[in-house]
Amino acid sequence: MSRRRDLESVLVIGSGPIVIGQASEFDYSGTQACRVLKAEGLRVILVNSNPATIMTDPDVADATYVEPINAEFVAKVIDKERPDALLATLGGQTALNTAVALSEDGTLEKYGVELIGASIAAIRAGENRETFKGIVESLGGRVARSVVCHSLGECLAAARSLGFPVVVRPSFTMGGAGSGLAYDESALRRIAGAGLDASPTTEVLLEQSVVGWKEYELEVMRDGHDNTVVVCSIENLDPMGVHTGDSITVAPAMTLTDREYQAMRDMAMGVVRAVGVETGGCNIQFAVDPATGDMIVVEMNPRVSRSSALASKATGFPIAKIAAKVAVGYSLAEIANDITKKTPASFEPTLDYVVVKVPRFAFDKFPSADPTLTTHMKSVGEAMAIGRSFPEALQKALRSLERAGAEFTWYGDPGDPAENLEAARTPSEDRLQQVLAAIRGGASADEVSTTTGIDPWFADQLVLLDEVAREVRTSPALDRDGLRRAKRHGFSDRQLADLTASTEEVVRGVRLALGVRPVFKTVDTCAAEFAATTPYHYSTYDDETEVAPRTKPAVVILGSGPNRIGQGIEFDYSCVHASMALSAAPTEHGGYETVMVNCNPETVSTDYDTSDRLYFEPLTLEDVLEVVAAETAAGPVAGVIVQLGGQTPLGLARGLAAAGVPIVGTSPDAIELAEDRGAFGRLLAAADLPAPKHGSATSYRGAKEIADEIGYPVLVRPSYVLGGSGMEIVYAEAELMAALARLGGSEAMSFAHPVLVDRFLDDAVEIDVDALYDGTELFLGGVLEHIEEAGVHSGDSSCTLPPITLGVEDIERVRESTRAIAEGVGVRGLLNIQFAIASDVLYVLEANPRASRTVPFVSKATATPLAKAAARIMLGATIAELRAEEMLPAAGDGGDLPASSPVAVKEAVMPFNRFRTAEGRGVDTLLGPEMRSTGEVMGIDATFGAAFAKAQIASLGGLPSSGRVFVSVANRDKRSMIFPIKRLADLGFEILATAGTALALRRNGVQTTVVRKHSEGDGADGEPTIVGRILAGDVCLVVNTPHGTTSGGSPRVDGYEIRTASVLAGIACITTVQGLGATVQAIEASRTGGLGVRSLQSWARDETVP
Amino acid sequence: MTIRPIPALLVLEDGRAFRGEAYGAIGETVGEAVFSTAMTGYQETLTDPSYHGQVVVMTAPHVGNTGVNDEDDESGRIWVAGYVVRDPARRASSWRARGTLTDELSRQGVVGISGIDTRALTRHLRERGAMRVGISSTDLDTGRLLRRVLAAPAMSGSALAEQVSTADPYVVDSVGRRRCRVAALDLGIKTMTLRRFAEHGVEVHVLPAASGIDDVLATSPDGVFVSNGPGDPATADPQVAVLAETLRRRIPFFGICLGHQLFGRALGLPTYKLGYGHRGINQPVMDLTTGRVEVTSHNHGFAVGLPGREHGHSAVRADDSFETEFGPAAVSHRNLNDGVVEGLALRDQPAFSVQYHPEAAAGPHDAGYLFDRFVAAMTSVAA
Ligand SMILES: Nc1ncnc2c1ncn2[C@@H]1O[C@H](COP(=O)(O)OP(=O)(O)O)[C@@H](O)[C@H]1O
Ligand SMILES: Nc1ncnc2c1ncn2[C@@H]1O[C@H](COP(=O)(O)OP(=O)(O)O)[C@@H](O)[C@H]1O
Ligand SMILES: [Mg+2]
Ligand SMILES: [Mg+2]
Repeated sequence: MSRRRDLESVLVIGSGPIVIGQASEFDYSGTQACRVLKAEGLRVILVNSNPATIMTDPDVADATYVEPINAEFVAKVIDKERPDALLATLGGQTALNTAVALSEDGTLEKYGVELIGASIAAIRAGENRETFKGIVESLGGRVARSVVCHSLGECLAAARSLGFPVVVRPSFTMGGAGSGLAYDESALRRIAGAGLDASPTTEVLLEQSVVGWKEYELEVMRDGHDNTVVVCSIENLDPMGVHTGDSITVAPAMTLTDREYQAMRDMAMGVVRAVGVETGGCNIQFAVDPATGDMIVVEMNPRVSRSSALASKATGFPIAKIAAKVAVGYSLAEIANDITKKTPASFEPTLDYVVVKVPRFAFDKFPSADPTLTTHMKSVGEAMAIGRSFPEALQKALRSLERAGAEFTWYGDPGDPAENLEAARTPSEDRLQQVLAAIRGGASADEVSTTTGIDPWFADQLVLLDEVAREVRTSPALDRDGLRRAKRHGFSDRQLADLTASTEEVVRGVRLALGVRPVFKTVDTCAAEFAATTPYHYSTYDDETEVAPRTKPAVVILGSGPNRIGQGIEFDYSCVHASMALSAAPTEHGGYETVMVNCNPETVSTDYDTSDRLYFEPLTLEDVLEVVAAETAAGPVAGVIVQLGGQTPLGLARGLAAAGVPIVGTSPDAIELAEDRGAFGRLLAAADLPAPKHGSATSYRGAKEIADEIGYPVLVRPSYVLGGSGMEIVYAEAELMAALARLGGSEAMSFAHPVLVDRFLDDAVEIDVDALYDGTELFLGGVLEHIEEAGVHSGDSSCTLPPITLGVEDIERVRESTRAIAEGVGVRGLLNIQFAIASDVLYVLEANPRASRTVPFVSKATATPLAKAAARIMLGATIAELRAEEMLPAAGDGGDLPASSPVAVKEAVMPFNRFRTAEGRGVDTLLGPEMRSTGEVMGIDATFGAAFAKAQIASLGGLPSSGRVFVSVANRDKRSMIFPIKRLADLGFEILATAGTALALRRNGVQTTVVRKHSEGDGADGEPTIVGRILAGDVCLVVNTPHGTTSGGSPRVDGYEIRTASVLAGIACITTVQGLGATVQAIEASRTGGLGVRSLQSWARDETVP
Repeated sequence: MTIRPIPALLVLEDGRAFRGEAYGAIGETVGEAVFSTAMTGYQETLTDPSYHGQVVVMTAPHVGNTGVNDEDDESGRIWVAGYVVRDPARRASSWRARGTLTDELSRQGVVGISGIDTRALTRHLRERGAMRVGISSTDLDTGRLLRRVLAAPAMSGSALAEQVSTADPYVVDSVGRRRCRVAALDLGIKTMTLRRFAEHGVEVHVLPAASGIDDVLATSPDGVFVSNGPGDPATADPQVAVLAETLRRRIPFFGICLGHQLFGRALGLPTYKLGYGHRGINQPVMDLTTGRVEVTSHNHGFAVGLPGREHGHSAVRADDSFETEFGPAAVSHRNLNDGVVEGLALRDQPAFSVQYHPEAAAGPHDAGYLFDRFVAAMTSVAA
């Protein structure tokens, strides 16, 4: 075969932390690529700052650098590793931008590193909209008319010529950040203003709007012999105007004739060639005028994209894997189609099913953010579903979202159709539900499509769903045919229960009695033309099932569903590890047959060759029960794992157990014990482990009494939500009422659900623990010390492992408490506990009897595969056995790491820059007890300062080494702030502060300049306020801790302007004194001698004692 | 409320039966069951004469979404003997649509069935091979329908080209200046083939299937073309004879699909029936002269074999060449999925053919270059 022999080592750049617009799909593609390259005998060097990825597992690459992804650090890696080639087309825009930077600064040339995949020229041609326009037009194609503007004036002029609405695009920013649709001049001023800030080259592109046109994407694959194929066509149900990442999308395209499809295909091929993508996957977007069929090319990405992951899962054609192979010289004809084995990859997949992807949003976490969907992406995750018809796939996808109200409902009065249609005119997360309501109220398919631009065919399919629902509701009883018809249209037992005023259990009973069961078909790339060898299944209500019998016992692993804030890639990581560990487990059958169930197309777990079998299914009780039934019919089932996918599968434990499904690991009862506050409280009391004083109330008076009794500050939260949603810290009675009101209560009436009131531990150090327990032995995976004080959600605060300020005796206390809880709860497998140390008392905040967000971080920092071990323990292995197998260290654990071990710092990455209020202002950036980060990075080095510096550089893009620092802190922080700020001054930083803070600093001999508060407005001679100066870019670091109750005003609003301005200006804004201290250490570390790079493999070698 | 659908029955000659709902015309039909994996272009498929006598199973679940329009017919009528889909569209959505597919099927009396497990049926045909099938919405008794299915003639050995061919000769003018003239033997020629010729400046004299060599010569052609068409190539002796005469006169020749099989026979090669044929628009074919892969449109149940070589199964090598009455010939194209011979060419004279459909309606345009090759051959000879 013709793999290039001149290549021996390849550097792969990952995509870094999970952010909106760039999520785990790049872990999926990167992992595939690394594995392929390694299998080809190449030495693979990887750089990725995201520890929660499979690709950064030490065995995926030969040298894994968990280091910041920027030209400076990657250059250091290149200098150390001297790779022959750089593959940057699989790490999203981040990798692509870094590659461009490395070529511009001459690094690639200096070290003779060849860029494979896409050349710099191709990348530029694809990215620069002007060049691209030229290419498309040279091919006889069209793009939207556009004008480049450098000032608001130019923008307004351009808009007049283009006509409203116009699309505002800041050039050269990824994921459409800052872009938007302006319907009138004021909107244009607002968006272009933001746009001009967002663009590093301060130029924005105004584009003629084609809002309402049909939007399509083609995924194209090309090899070095100019063989080019279209892997998948994707149609957006939401027409142009809603970012494809936020749109409901369907594969294959549903409403194109062959003539139009081929015209699109011809253009795609032409563009790929003209842009000059030598090898690999790329993605091209089109808009089609529904009235005339006119077509314009929207954009192309000369790299593997989010849609490529979707297309891979939708077709079974592994785009990233193939992209890596063609990058090292293979032709598509030489590469076998994994699924059929005997046919080549040089074909175009054909589907005999329909795939629907629906986005998952997080507006509940950002109440002030504008929820209107537009040209820049706002969703944080997605769910995909496969069915044999569009209605079936759509309904499966909607229930996969696990969002209350996402699944269509026929419950209650739909309301006025005209109003619903009007609401649906503006795209939002609830648009489809509004459309359905309108249809229920009598709106026609044509009315729907004229108001929303949704194609009439799709609209008619929604009408069909409503007809089927009516049939069910009006039929006297659920007969076999009626039930089967409903099922074929994707109705869940739960929906049918609603429609028949019954319960899900009853409906299921009837359904089973009538023998209406799903069959499982196979995703095979070829519509059954050839036999498939990979068991990649989806359920549907048809005649023939394709699940093969088994002799080996199977373990069913439930994944974590769509990525969302609080439950993301970290949980997929644990599921994938469980799958690896169990198929390799030394059992008498030689391992288990692993069966993965998940509905998230962005993940490694839904790669068809991660587990022995893959079921691409919603994670609802009904769907999981059917998978388990199918697998039980196929052979012995050892059990189901619910502990690794986060809250989603954990929430199914009860129902599964009730249905007689064997749950391995921690029992459902134990899980409930840990989650029931009362029972858990008693457990703690019995083991005399202190917890913050707490109570629960159903009325304002009740809450007030508890607060008075346990004392302020208190933390109030609704009892019915997880993920810290709706938590508030209340410092004084004055604020209690307001806080409770926000939870839906009022002085008079009482709450629907009880409100939990906890004593809030002030100035407490929070500690996260991940531990393994097998019933006798406890293995402390890691003890993570949070940098920010308790009160900042564990998912949002940065933390360090090993802890830097905790003493040996603290850790022993943690160990003993953890053991007591593990024992008391009855944990078998993983346990995560959050503790807080306040005035030397160790409090237990909460215990989660499951894998936690920090498992991958801890596993990487300590070179110990916790999730793998957990999976084995759940199936009966003991920690002693795992030590003997060398899966776990022979002696000791993560609680007593040797002094020689490196310090790893985890830093959260926040999405604030993605959101604007309806008025176009930023959303507040204050960290609190409610988690809002989308991803995380890891910095690892010999000292805390260096590790923290790397974490900051990786998450923020850099730390200042000189310049102006602005300080404004709450009174209670003034004392602790002095020393670190003094240090900054000594390091040569210029200190700006607001009057009060300045006074304190001056008194302590720190040279400080007073700046005007935002509230004071510009001075007489136009001296700018601090906000003005931040936006003007002459401040490099902001220290702003929320002003407590001192001012009497609400602590949240003070400093809001400052914090949002810092986000706009893209500079670090430190909101806690602990963060300040750490940052100062980091700045010192990066100034003295600079920061080096070192691979995980090398750290592990020095560290693990043989 | 939707009106209750009319039940329909599908029975295969080996007895396997599927119950679904009537689609298109009410009635009964019998034909050869084949499946097409194309996701677009159902209108082109239905009107492709090569499907005469065949009951087409669509593997794509949703069919009819874009309705029917005035531009995409490949001939004057729908040719399929029956139509099997899972989910027919309830309405047409396309700016070009002028009606729904359901109505068009009824109007043209095409009996179909919907709502069945088309994937199960496809896998069955893949494993057992193409076979006779019956669809009925008038008689729902499996036994009776099966007897009628078994009574029907099999595809092997049936000559169908005459039935779909034009009754009288006609001429299709070139678009713009005429560069050359082609005599096209119509065994089921498609509109798009004629359009492609016209676009290449070719004036096409379309001749009935029964035409003899004299009819061909009477058009004083620069080249001869033999089209695609239905039926068993083994039965087309008269056309093979015409083709041989053409070659003896060293007139440039180009054949597509059935035309390719007849070329093969003229070169003395055997033809055989494939297990379940190639029908779809995603087949990878390698042009052995350039090594390039093209994604191609297919519709054939028979193929050309090589002497002393097991049929298909990667039998073909790049250097495969053999002696013929007309000098050395070689395999020019091969199917990368199963090694089937996809193209043939004479070494010493401009005569070649492909098993697939370069006119690509429906399908990708990757093989369009073949028309240029043919025109180049004719013009260079003419010059
Ligand atoms: N000219 C336009 N008119 C209306 N909507 C547009 C236009 N151009 C792009 N969009 C919408 O904005 C989204 C993002 O634009 P795109 O060019 O794909 O940028 P990105 O790089 O963020 O994907 C598209 O998915 C489309 O829905
Ligand atoms: N009593 C308390 N005192 C101080 N901080 C607390 C207290 N309880 C919770 N927190 C903070 O709130 C965060 C979220 O609370 P937690 O109980 O862990 O909810 P979740 O289920 O969202 O993890 C914790 O990480 C911690 O920082
Ligand atoms: Mg895009
Ligand atoms: Mg927590």
